[in-house]
Amino acid sequence: MRSDLPLAGDDQSRYIPWIVAIMVYLACLALAGALLAGSAVERWNKGLSGALTVQIMPGKNADPKAAEARVRDAVSLLAATPGVVHAEALGDARIAQLLSPWLGDEALHDLPLPALIDVRLAPGVAIDLQSLGARLAKAVPGAEIDDHQRWLRRLVMLGRAVEALAGVILVLIASAAAAATVFGTRAALAVHHHVIEVLHLIGAQDSYVARQFQLHALKLGLRGGGVGLLAAAVTLAAFWYLASAGGAPVAAFAALIPWGWASLLLLPVATGLIAMLTARRTVLGALAEMV
Amino acid sequence: MTHREPVVRFENVGMRYGMGPEVLRDVSFELGAGSFHFLTGASGAGKSSLLKLMYLAHRPSRGLVHLFGRDMATTDRHEMPGLRRRIGVVFQDFRLIDHLSAFDNVALPLRVADAEPGRVDTQVAELLGWVGLAEHLDSTPPTLSGGQQQRVAIARAVINRPNLLLADEPTGNVDNEIAVRLLYLFEELNRLGTTIVIATHNEALVRRFSYPCLHLAGGELKVRAAPKRTVA
Repeated sequence: MRSDLPLAGDDQSRYIPWIVAIMVYLACLALAGALLAGSAVERWNKGLSGALTVQIMPGKNADPKAAEARVRDAVSLLAATPGVVHAEALGDARIAQLLSPWLGDEALHDLPLPALIDVRLAPGVAIDLQSLGARLAKAVPGAEIDDHQRWLRRLVMLGRAVEALAGVILVLIASAAAAATVFGTRAALAVHHHVIEVLHLIGAQDSYVARQFQLHALKLGLRGGGVGLLAAAVTLAAFWYLASAGGAPVAAFAALIPWGWASLLLLPVATGLIAMLTARRTVLGALAEMV
Repeated sequence: MTHREPVVRFENVGMRYGMGPEVLRDVSFELGAGSFHFLTGASGAGKSSLLKLMYLAHRPSRGLVHLFGRDMATTDRHEMPGLRRRIGVVFQDFRLIDHLSAFDNVALPLRVADAEPGRVDTQVAELLGWVGLAEHLDSTPPTLSGGQQQRVAIARAVINRPNLLLADEPTGNVDNEIAVRLLYLFEELNRLGTTIVIATHNEALVRRFSYPCLHLAGGELKVRAAPKRTVA
């Protein structure tokens, strides 16, 4: 579009795309962090909300047959409980596999290990865990239910805190982008005041003048946003590569596809729109002070 | 505006800049539709201030300004652009936009009024040819002489066939031949119905074209009858 104002050659607008690029880069990382945290919380919730673990502490007399009988009783009681779709005692090898990272292989031979029963619940069925726990403890002394909620709650809280922090960072970045646009637009208004006055006096509507500023701000925002997005994409790809190379699970990255990545792509567009609307508002405010 | 209503009507208008002294005092006059007036007075008499009130760049400190039958004190700000498009202004310092070509400067009033591009091209090229700048359509103001810039400024003021044309020293930077030619352009516009006010120091021009004068002295305005026309 033809412009009556030489905004593209302004010194003060030369740095705005770089400022926007840095902001969009940080915003992309914050949003990616929030999405990854949200995705992880979701997976933990899904993986554990339909499951229970029953732990049976070893008795005082280490009679293996008595211990097996206690486990069988517990499994029978659990399997007969409405809402339980599957109850299975974990074998010694599986228990050893779960505990060896914390206790070491040697210690496992010396310590009395509890028996563990993996319980799967029917989706959407509410079970009175307190009553089930009481019945279980009565039938099999030493049996305890762990519904994973204690540590899951903390993890979920941590994940939500990361999401909230990212949200605050995004709001701050949007505010900073708007502030940078306001200062840039005011400087441009001052520099081009004589041209704006001529346009005003020959009958240009305020929106005609504002349109030129807002389109310029949109271009600067999109250009800076594109650079910031590109840099963020390189950084996230590097994280992915390092996480994959280190053997860490990359499922969280993959879980973001497609809407998570789409929201990252929208950040430069959102920044451009913020810059555009801020410039428009600033110009209309300034023009309203003219006769 | 009714047919007989004046294009411009001032009633006891006073104007001051900020807290300074009044530069215009108790100014009252009317300009009928299709009239032609010179605005005369010594430097600092208030000619530019009076023009600023007429082209809606300032508000009066007191008194009433009516343009096209509308009281400017009660006219909504959103209606001002529409009124300004009916006014052509030749500024004393031209106020051309340096980065735009002569063509684009003259085209501005048409473009802000959303005129069709085809009409813009034809009218602008024709008018710039008429003022002797056909060879300079793509020249930017800094590359033009003072006289050429003044003609671009005049072309920009008249391109929209305004109802009211206000010109502040429009012949100040051109030789006598061009000055007379520009006055003929203004007369032509006047014949088409445009109300014209030309601020000038050029007494010879005032005598030659013989139109009534709005004379300002010490911020006060008197209307003088047309002097007897002299032959060049």
